[in-house]
Amino acid sequence: MSAPPSEQAGGAVSQAGTDAAGVTRGRAFLAKLARWELLLVVLLIGVLVYNARLSPYFWDSQNILDDTSNFMEIGLLALPMTLIIIAGHIDLSVGSTAALASVIFADRFQAGWNVWLCCLAALAVGALAGLINGLVTTRVKIPSLVVTLGTFALYRGLANGILGNTEVSGFPDSFVGIDLRYLGNTHIPAPLIIFAVAAILTILLLHGTVFGRYVFAIGNNEQACRFSGVAVDRVVVILFTLSGLVAAFAGLILTSRLQTSRGDLATNFELQAITAAVLGGANIFGGSGTIYGAVLALFVIGLLQNGLTLANISGDIQTIAVGVLLILSILLPGLARRGRAAFGRRRGGDASRAKRSPAT
Amino acid sequence: MDRRRLVTLVARFREFGILLVLILLVAITSVGNSNFLTSTNLEGIALDTAILVILAIGETVVILTRNIDLSVGAILGFSALFVGVVLKVHPGVPIPAALLLGAAVGLVFGLGNGLLVALGEVPAIIATLGTLGIYRGLIFVYSSGSNQHEITASDLPNNFLALATQTFLGVKLFLIIPVLLLLAAGYWLGQTRSGREVYAVGGNGAAARLAGIKSGRTVLLAFALSGALAGLGGVLYLARYAQVDTLAGSGMELNVIAAVVIGGTSTLGGVGGVLGTLIGCVLLSVINNSLVLLTDPGSAQFWSRAVYGLVILGAVVADALITGRLQRALRRRRA
Repeated sequence: MSAPPSEQAGGAVSQAGTDAAGVTRGRAFLAKLARWELLLVVLLIGVLVYNARLSPYFWDSQNILDDTSNFMEIGLLALPMTLIIIAGHIDLSVGSTAALASVIFADRFQAGWNVWLCCLAALAVGALAGLINGLVTTRVKIPSLVVTLGTFALYRGLANGILGNTEVSGFPDSFVGIDLRYLGNTHIPAPLIIFAVAAILTILLLHGTVFGRYVFAIGNNEQACRFSGVAVDRVVVILFTLSGLVAAFAGLILTSRLQTSRGDLATNFELQAITAAVLGGANIFGGSGTIYGAVLALFVIGLLQNGLTLANISGDIQTIAVGVLLILSILLPGLARRGRAAFGRRRGGDASRAKRSPAT
Repeated sequence: MDRRRLVTLVARFREFGILLVLILLVAITSVGNSNFLTSTNLEGIALDTAILVILAIGETVVILTRNIDLSVGAILGFSALFVGVVLKVHPGVPIPAALLLGAAVGLVFGLGNGLLVALGEVPAIIATLGTLGIYRGLIFVYSSGSNQHEITASDLPNNFLALATQTFLGVKLFLIIPVLLLLAAGYWLGQTRSGREVYAVGGNGAAARLAGIKSGRTVLLAFALSGALAGLGGVLYLARYAQVDTLAGSGMELNVIAAVVIGGTSTLGGVGGVLGTLIGCVLLSVINNSLVLLTDPGSAQFWSRAVYGLVILGAVVADALITGRLQRALRRRRA
């Protein structure tokens, strides 16, 4: 379990001091980051080649673009997840929130509401679910890991309870089939466009606003942020509310694409969203990460699963691949860092870099 | 010393609180449905609790070291299906061997978790979230590889199924295993050096390391134990339900973690114990049973997850509030 942010200040990133040595170390970190994204690009190319070998139809532009619709919901979840992880928190409840929103939508639809009003109700419930996560985390001061583990069960349980083992379909044509709508005369499906817009907005938020700088700062040293007058709790509550809202939105897109709503929708989505964020280079202890990396990692995961499906490997077994990717993406950089540190020590270099992570 | 007094105060307070909730629940349910206090129903609750307790003992040790193990449900599922297939193919395997086989399978998975966390320095939540997917996937690999997708009562030898019904000196054989494990775990955590080290590592890892405790080894041991117990639980699950498919034990990690957290073991490590966990397990089983008895049995199973979630949240929130208040009170007294 991760240590509270105040104890994590010694992470690799924040070691960069204010002196000249710190600057070089900061630059070295940037260089490492660039290498990480390069690694992702190589991985992505590898997956593309693998897919192309499996099916001659893979490279068809229509096909490859349509395939992306399968993982755009996870992509949407991964965007706020990256922000939350950078801030030193985690949200395990996003898959459950997406399912709850879908079920609320279906329930209100059955009650005879206008379909767009149903969407609004679902979004409101999602935002509320996220708000609850944020408020309990900040007000009661419980680790978000524990809070969202509880709401992971609670929101999924509500979704299961409301619909039981029934499923709802028969939504109007104006709502269903979002993945069958394209931009003008192109082959670009609507979910991909929605994701692209959301990703650009998140990049602007994280890398272009004061709020974004606060997210990094909180993840690096929450205590220092509090002493500097940053409204830490407000930022965290906003992040979780945003995560809930986006999860509800993803749940609606999923419902539109599958044309049905069920209580067990979006199972395991949190695993994949966290994998995308962490494989994309977000530090699980907070303080660093990029949206570009998360987007690249999302395509690696999504296209890999697509390839495994082409190879007739069932979805249940595909979770092995996601699990392995998740663990390796944290294990390997850690081992590399320690290897470098040990090497440096042997040469009589800076021993302080061999600092142990506060993981355990 | 203040910290210790605080801990005992909180522990007494919350064990009393949980017991009160338990009594209230029993009273309401027995008034609402006369079937609750029948021996068959109580026996069912005891058998359900038995499996939960075995997994929760391991999870308690892991959480005491300030880690978490999300993979126990998947380990239970793998062990149940694996041992079920072995018993189907070789009906002559003696029961102790079947139990040991399940524990050994779980031990391997648990060591995998432990190595990732202790040696690989992967945060436990991420490591076991990953292995949850991997182990569950391996169940599918195994079931499609061996072409055994389901084990039912007719596949299992009778003497194995008798594990859940046979009695020894008037007590169900099935219940003796968790009782022995509870006693052993209580003694180990409370009275032995390595058991106290579990608390030291979870309470203050840096201080424990400086005091010469090999914290990595303690964490590895905790995960190995959790895995082995989950594997053992899988064999008992097989004997109790005699119906196992590839989804056996999915989501069970939540019940286990809920029981541990309700029982007063802090997710921040170093505080708690198996006695509280036992009470937590009994409370969860009674809640589950009451849901079935008091509501329409068809819908109860769908709401149970929501109730677990609420119970986890309620327990940790109450814990944080009580601890905070006590801490303030102690500070005032000192001032």
